[in-house]
Amino acid sequence: MKKFVYLTLCATIAAALSACSGGRDAGSTATTSGKASAAKHTTTLVIATVNNGDMIRMQKLTSDFTNTHPDIKLKWVTLQENVLRQRVTTDIATRGGQFDIITIGIYEVPIWAKRGWLKPLTFGADYDVSDLLPKIRAADTYQGKLYAAPFYGEGSMLMYRTDLLKKAGLTMPAQPSWNFVVKAAKKMTDKKDGVYGICLRGKAGWGENMALITSMANAFGARWFDMHWHPQFDTPQWKAALQTYVNVMKQAGPPGAASNGFNENLALFNAGHCAMWVDATVAASFISDPKQSTVAGHVGFAPAPNDGKGKTTGWLWAWNLAIPASSKKTADAQEFIAWATSKHYIDLVAAKDGWANVPPGTRTSLYDNPEYLKAAPFAKQTLDAIDGADTHHPTVQPVPYVGVQYAAIPEFQAIATTVGQDFSAALTGSVSVDQALRNAQAATEREMQRAGYYKKQ
Amino acid sequence: MARRTPVPRIVLTSVVAWTVGLVIFFPILWMLLTSFKTELAAFSASPSFLFFHWTTENYVAVWTRSNYLEYAWNSVVISLGSTLVALAIAVPAAWSMAFSPTRRTRGILMWMLSTKMLPPVGVLVPIYLLYRDAGLLDTQLGLVIVLCLSNLPIMVWLLFNYFKDIPRDILEAARMDGATIGKEIVYILAPMAVPGIASALLLNVILAWNEAFWSLNLTSSHAAPLTAFIASYASPEGLFWAKLSAASTMAIAPILVLGWFCQKQLVRGLTFGAVK
Repeated sequence: MKKFVYLTLCATIAAALSACSGGRDAGSTATTSGKASAAKHTTTLVIATVNNGDMIRMQKLTSDFTNTHPDIKLKWVTLQENVLRQRVTTDIATRGGQFDIITIGIYEVPIWAKRGWLKPLTFGADYDVSDLLPKIRAADTYQGKLYAAPFYGEGSMLMYRTDLLKKAGLTMPAQPSWNFVVKAAKKMTDKKDGVYGICLRGKAGWGENMALITSMANAFGARWFDMHWHPQFDTPQWKAALQTYVNVMKQAGPPGAASNGFNENLALFNAGHCAMWVDATVAASFISDPKQSTVAGHVGFAPAPNDGKGKTTGWLWAWNLAIPASSKKTADAQEFIAWATSKHYIDLVAAKDGWANVPPGTRTSLYDNPEYLKAAPFAKQTLDAIDGADTHHPTVQPVPYVGVQYAAIPEFQAIATTVGQDFSAALTGSVSVDQALRNAQAATEREMQRAGYYKKQ
Repeated sequence: MARRTPVPRIVLTSVVAWTVGLVIFFPILWMLLTSFKTELAAFSASPSFLFFHWTTENYVAVWTRSNYLEYAWNSVVISLGSTLVALAIAVPAAWSMAFSPTRRTRGILMWMLSTKMLPPVGVLVPIYLLYRDAGLLDTQLGLVIVLCLSNLPIMVWLLFNYFKDIPRDILEAARMDGATIGKEIVYILAPMAVPGIASALLLNVILAWNEAFWSLNLTSSHAAPLTAFIASYASPEGLFWAKLSAASTMAIAPILVLGWFCQKQLVRGLTFGAVK
């Protein structure tokens, strides 16, 4: 009996441990196949990405790449955006080497390139780097070198219901102002019918409400920092921007707007509850799709609103593919990135899923393609929105940072999330606009001093 | 003769119990219902409870896109592996503290429990560096070790509480008959403590199965369990609730079935000693 118990225990632990060690072999990172004399090296690239429609489509189409590169295997790690950011940051900062290709935004590119966390990319002539949209290419470049290749890009614009605007007796100007948007929003609101004049992001987060409010502040002449990195929330420009945002949302926004982000507003718009919506250009394809949207036939597009000061509420974003410095498979990783961000890939998507589904906002040639322009009625507005955003000169007054709806400094994520919570509280009415701005100023001053940008005076 | 419980009291207790049960169960029910909706219906501002177009397209999409079985296998290996290793350590540790206590036993128990009070993110970077150097990143063994260590305090506490209620006289009688410590644990203590060990084992499997922080941070492509599978279905741009619900349902289904069949042992183990 004693022997039986010991044997059982040993067998169980041995089975568990052998299963554990076997897991690693299931997808070897560099395995050899075939006979020893003619050993062919198979490389597995681990790609970290987000769960966006364009990224999922890329995963489905990778046989086009692996057929021409039989020695390269691809392993995908799909994570939620914030988890991916934290996961990849930990791995890169500690040089863990878990990923060979990572999906990062244009916020991370200059910061990580400066720290030496990314490998510069060099493509052959057939890749045609000069075809990349200049604003996106500039955002992915650090000190003259390209550190990431754009997979898809977006700006922001005003999307609206043409039928409701007509019913209200209004005409959308070629370049709407916030004055017009506020008036139109109030006029189109019909709360009894569940129609709200405007839907804007209210959910707290540096990539949620702060993307919109920072861009809106740019239009009102505000900026995050002066040239000496002093926070500027105590300026009249910030007050005008935030007051306009809170007022219009209280008067013409949907209930519970403080918990609405991109997806929530998308659902509201698709269900016919929003007359106007200022958000990412990528939304255009969703709200124009009759399979997803109940108002697909009544959608119009206009540039993001301005306030007559030379800047609009337009922002710029791109998801890019980059190679972490810790990867040991640079050449193969670059081969894959060149394929995934090439003109050939765009043609491949068009052939398989139609032109309306190609990843937008990366290449100039796409916007010269009549087939694409025909399939995507929002193409011109998307291109204009991207061209109109300038990451290096985002504000009316000069600033020491790069980025339109963000400031490309490592501290920004934490600071903007805190400020986003203050502004979200102003939207719910739990604090006043003045108090929210005072809180934002105090929190930002504290963090910037702590980070050593300037000393307390 | 036992007194009969008044009928109004039975009715009231039943209503309260059912209400609390339904409130606790509602999120799981809602997740299940959402998994059978279209993405548009799932994100609707006025969601329908039962009268919607039922579809299994989300399950098909999730099954087609992800290698569910690979994730599930990793979950099984990691949760069972970490539980068995933890059990092998926790049983002798709890026996020692229950039957041969010293004046520091209580302090050691409190110290073990205090390790659960540190947020895991506080030790993420040191653990990550250790794992990187030891080659344990993205391995099942790596997760077995970390989950075993993180659940060990709870297991020791559960078993300690169970063991200390076992009459010492029985163990002393065995000793007088010449039983060694090993025999005492295997032939006397273990059979008497089977319900307690079973409930500790089940609880540990459930905790390891549902663990997300270490699973998401220490794995990438080879050893990712079902928690990583769920996380891959959240999207920053686009509708995803229905597919996420389908993925979540598929991820919790095995452990829900296990919990359903073992609920008696679980409740008994968790409430043992609470009422005397």
